[in-house]
Amino acid sequence: MQLDILTIAYIIGSVTFILGLKMLSNPAAARKGNLIAAGGMTIAILATIFLYQTEDGQGLHNYVWIFSGLIIGSVVGTLAAKKVKMTAMPEMVSLFNGMGGACAALISAVEFDHVYREFRLDENSFAAVVPIGHYITISAGAIIGGVSFAGSMIAWGKLNGRIKDFTFKGQHIVNLLMLAFVATVAGLTYWSNTPVTNIWFLITMLSALVYGIMFVLPIGGADMPVVISLLNSFTGVAAACGGFLYNNKVMLTGGILVGAAGTLLTMLMCKAMNRSLMNVLIGNFGSSNAVAGGPAKQAGSYKEISVTDAAMLMSYAKKVFIVPGYGLAVAQAQHTCHELEKLLEEKGVEVKYAIHPVAGRMPGHMNVLLAEADVSYDKLMEMEYANDEFKSTDVVLILGANDVVNPAAKNDPSSPIYGMPILEVEQAKTVIVNKRSMKPGYAGIENDLFYQPKTSMLFGDAKAALQKLITEIKNI
Amino acid sequence: MENILKLITENQQMIYIVILMVFLGIEVIGRVPSVLHTPLMSGANAIHGVVIIGAIIVMGKASDDNYLALVLGFLAVVLGTLNVVGGFVVTDRMLEMFKKKK
Repeated sequence: MQLDILTIAYIIGSVTFILGLKMLSNPAAARKGNLIAAGGMTIAILATIFLYQTEDGQGLHNYVWIFSGLIIGSVVGTLAAKKVKMTAMPEMVSLFNGMGGACAALISAVEFDHVYREFRLDENSFAAVVPIGHYITISAGAIIGGVSFAGSMIAWGKLNGRIKDFTFKGQHIVNLLMLAFVATVAGLTYWSNTPVTNIWFLITMLSALVYGIMFVLPIGGADMPVVISLLNSFTGVAAACGGFLYNNKVMLTGGILVGAAGTLLTMLMCKAMNRSLMNVLIGNFGSSNAVAGGPAKQAGSYKEISVTDAAMLMSYAKKVFIVPGYGLAVAQAQHTCHELEKLLEEKGVEVKYAIHPVAGRMPGHMNVLLAEADVSYDKLMEMEYANDEFKSTDVVLILGANDVVNPAAKNDPSSPIYGMPILEVEQAKTVIVNKRSMKPGYAGIENDLFYQPKTSMLFGDAKAALQKLITEIKNI
Repeated sequence: MENILKLITENQQMIYIVILMVFLGIEVIGRVPSVLHTPLMSGANAIHGVVIIGAIIVMGKASDDNYLALVLGFLAVVLGTLNVVGGFVVTDRMLEMFKKKK
């Protein structure tokens, strides 16, 4: 009876996960979908605590530990999630993802300890007493969880600027060797006859952590969204390993669902940047960039535009496109941007936003930010539609975006971003670029757009510049 | 070889689930508009927090004198909860803003 209810709770949990993900695909139902999945998760967790039985029919104990862990985690998690600024959202997701990975790795560690004690592995070899399937799930959970944890921490540090890119020659070869090392030690843990399998296991986990660090360290900031998405699916697989370990269907469904969905999402992102997943994985961006970016193109001269002129241009335009980028997010300028949009609309200017799929630090980052500022949904144009409309646009205002409007992606085969679909803003009559300085963008490459005759630069922090623009436009 | 074949038969239910879920995951995500990618990633992130169930089982099975298992299990429960609760709350916050429209 007890176990039947547990089974039903797990079925409900699995169904809510699928439903939740499905509803997330529809803007109107998305929030409900998230709540449904959360509800299913709660049911599954509570059912596990009170109804789970081990093979010998024993219930769980250590309730004090379990509940204090749940309470601490809930309080800290809620506070962190509520307090985080919208701009820091990608870091937060990366951080939470790392927690999940660490959780999976710890489960494997405890399970290893359990097996070690039960089968007296200080006297027996692992292979003699434990079926290989069981060992693979333990070891895979530890390795994948560890890589996901370490990698997410590095991604988190990179996104908030605490960790810089780090590359050296032959890095991906070292990384591959590292991966081979992890696999070898994991094999040794199982097959070696030495009485120190626990030390081998420890080395496996530690080297998985090191691999996670090495894996993300060389990958440039432009690839961070892809990396987070990939690590997200890693954690999904690590969770599924736990499902195998305990023959637990809800962990398996949830984990594999996220693993598959995350992998697809990762590939979609790679496609948006016209790079293969392999290329991202071996961290090629940094190194090829160092070579290709070397002979800097003759930096032509650029022209600046005054706020007054920019205001004038925009208020007398028929159609204005705003291209938001990371600069907008950093300056927290989304509300000011919306204000400018409303002001221009009052003057009869048609204002739209052109959203590049990888603008910002995460796909959809710009949509979230602009949604926060109440920008209407139908004003946000995806890349393909925006590109059709630039021809009939009078002014394009670029707010802290760089690589996603770099024409080198179309014209310069030697450029590291060659082939990436971009917003073809140069088709518009005038382009105004707001940036803090002439420094290259996240990918570290020069942007020809800034030196074109129809482009003019409006230097300054996005928020400050927008505020000045608004004041000027009001005065016209 | 025989071992591996046996492994497949023994776990056939699980293997079926894995295969079906892979296709389902791809199918479900394939229709998500790119504007929802960030909340989607965040929502998926919360869902793999289901790993917390493993942490609870590990914790609940640990014997009272096994401090290593108790401490590691406790840590796992805390981290797993962070993943679940934080993940769902962050996703909800993002989606809340989408919902205000229209």
